[in-house]
Amino acid sequence: MTGYLLRRVAQGVFVLWAAFTASFVILYLLPSDPVEIMLASTGSMGEMDPAAVAELRAEHHVDDPFYVQYGIALGRFVQGDLGTSIPQRLPVTELIGRAFPETLRLAALAFVLALALGGGVALLSGFLRGGRLRRLLLSLPPLLVSVPSFWAGLLLLQVFSFRLGWFPALGNQGFGSLVLPAVTLALPTAAVIAQVLTKSLMLTWREPFVVTATAKGASRPRILFVDVLRHASLPGFTIVGMTIGNLLAGAIVVETVFSRLGVGRLVEQAVAAQDIPMIQGLVVLSALVFVVVNTGADLLYPLIDPRIRPSRAVKA
Amino acid sequence: MSVPVVKAPDAVRPARPRRLRYGVRWTLRRPGLVLSVLFLVWVLLWAAVPGLFATHDPLVGVPADKLLPPGPGHWFGTDHLGRDLFSRTVHGASLSLGATALAVFVGFVAGSVLGLFSGFVGGWSDEVVMRCVDVMMSIPGLLLSLAVVTVLGFGTLNVAVAVGIAAVAGFARVMRADVLRTCTEVFVEAAESLGVSRRRTLVRHVLPHSIGSVLVLAALEFGTAILAVSSLSFLGFGAAPPTPEWGSLVSEGRNYLVSAWWLTTLPGLVIVLTMLATNRVARALDAGRGEDR
Repeated sequence: MTGYLLRRVAQGVFVLWAAFTASFVILYLLPSDPVEIMLASTGSMGEMDPAAVAELRAEHHVDDPFYVQYGIALGRFVQGDLGTSIPQRLPVTELIGRAFPETLRLAALAFVLALALGGGVALLSGFLRGGRLRRLLLSLPPLLVSVPSFWAGLLLLQVFSFRLGWFPALGNQGFGSLVLPAVTLALPTAAVIAQVLTKSLMLTWREPFVVTATAKGASRPRILFVDVLRHASLPGFTIVGMTIGNLLAGAIVVETVFSRLGVGRLVEQAVAAQDIPMIQGLVVLSALVFVVVNTGADLLYPLIDPRIRPSRAVKA
Repeated sequence: MSVPVVKAPDAVRPARPRRLRYGVRWTLRRPGLVLSVLFLVWVLLWAAVPGLFATHDPLVGVPADKLLPPGPGHWFGTDHLGRDLFSRTVHGASLSLGATALAVFVGFVAGSVLGLFSGFVGGWSDEVVMRCVDVMMSIPGLLLSLAVVTVLGFGTLNVAVAVGIAAVAGFARVMRADVLRTCTEVFVEAAESLGVSRRRTLVRHVLPHSIGSVLVLAALEFGTAILAVSSLSFLGFGAAPPTPEWGSLVSEGRNYLVSAWWLTTLPGLVIVLTMLATNRVARALDAGRGEDR
């Protein structure tokens, strides 16, 4: 078990390093000059004197060869330093650390909602054998996938904040302001969960152990909740990593729509200001979240399905 | 399904019309699919010849007619400058759909070439390519696109390329899997034993048998790309303001949520319907392919 854990951690470190390197290559090798962006963003493009520009260039190692720049950046990264945000002049890690709890709260509530909604749709349609209600339920996920979250969010705002006045429209104050963004964020994820779980439930109903349970006289709800659901939730676990990634990406749009503070908003602002260190920090953060979530899901596998041994599940 | 059917030689002749008739009937039995196709043709015509459908000039507004609700004169109402929203939506189709098509094309070509190369050559280059693909998959697509847009700069073209780059990994993975499967087929072995060159084997034998899944993926990717392109345009990284684009039309209406619901709702509805139609057609292609085998 310890060996397995060590290998998982090594894999995680590799993904983090690779995400760092990939974002470094994309962001630094493509034709753009960070110093120019920096000067343009402060509006002092023309009046900077050449000596100061040269000093700035030397400070940021812009003219050094690629491997020198990369070596310096990697050295800092290992020490947990992701550089300084260009327009805000604060460490990237500090800015992300400040915004992350807000997004975490939003994503956590959205995840719970998505699980309840998606799982509910899948279970109900798995329980019904046919009929109009089942057809309606099955047509819901493809519909939800097709609704862009910026539009869903604006629609919810229009109806529930402006017409009915149930929830505050903007900002980060209290639980009330969290509800509409969380619902918006949850909808596409719920659709994915519903689709995967519905399919997996349908396949599981054909397994021999369902026949055995039926032969023993178990009722349909009992079979669904006790036997089938446990088995069918496995594919759900494999998409959890993707789901969390979608929630983070969705937060970019949702936090902008609802003018909330958070990591997603940081992404939007960083892109608008061409804040390259910030973008890189956020890419690394999303890779970190991916690693943590997937490692967690893999460790949970054996608890749900005892047939899966951690030592055999290494090569994912 | 996959049982090979041996037909008598004379039975081969009428197969074509029968297959066509079967296909037509198969389609007509699905009204949702027919509606989706019709809607897509309609929207594509908007993109191709917007002048034919637009009722007003998309860029010039009549200040006296500002913020009019939808009605017979202005089907989608007017915006804060008195511009006709329906005409703007029609004119936005070419940029939004064009960017979507370009994004899918970039992802399809780059991903397929990468996957084809990776699967066919194998060895350590395959290993390197696939590890890169894994890393790209670990970053959410929208974030990856945004990172690329940061470097390339804003604008519809750059948004399209960025969305395409985010899709490369998925295409590469599917293509590689199919290439690996095809490479174990007997006819590939036969070609090799007959002394056919590697390149010719790749182009004539491996590629045609591996391209199917990627083509279906391309169809499925259209929906995702519409969403990504319009999201980036909504965030304000697409075309500059006066030019209409579906995502930016919705975002322009944000300031009038209380007084003019139509400004966000109607262009958004067009996006939703387009995505629904695209996904429906893609699923039909996917299912048709499954029945074919």
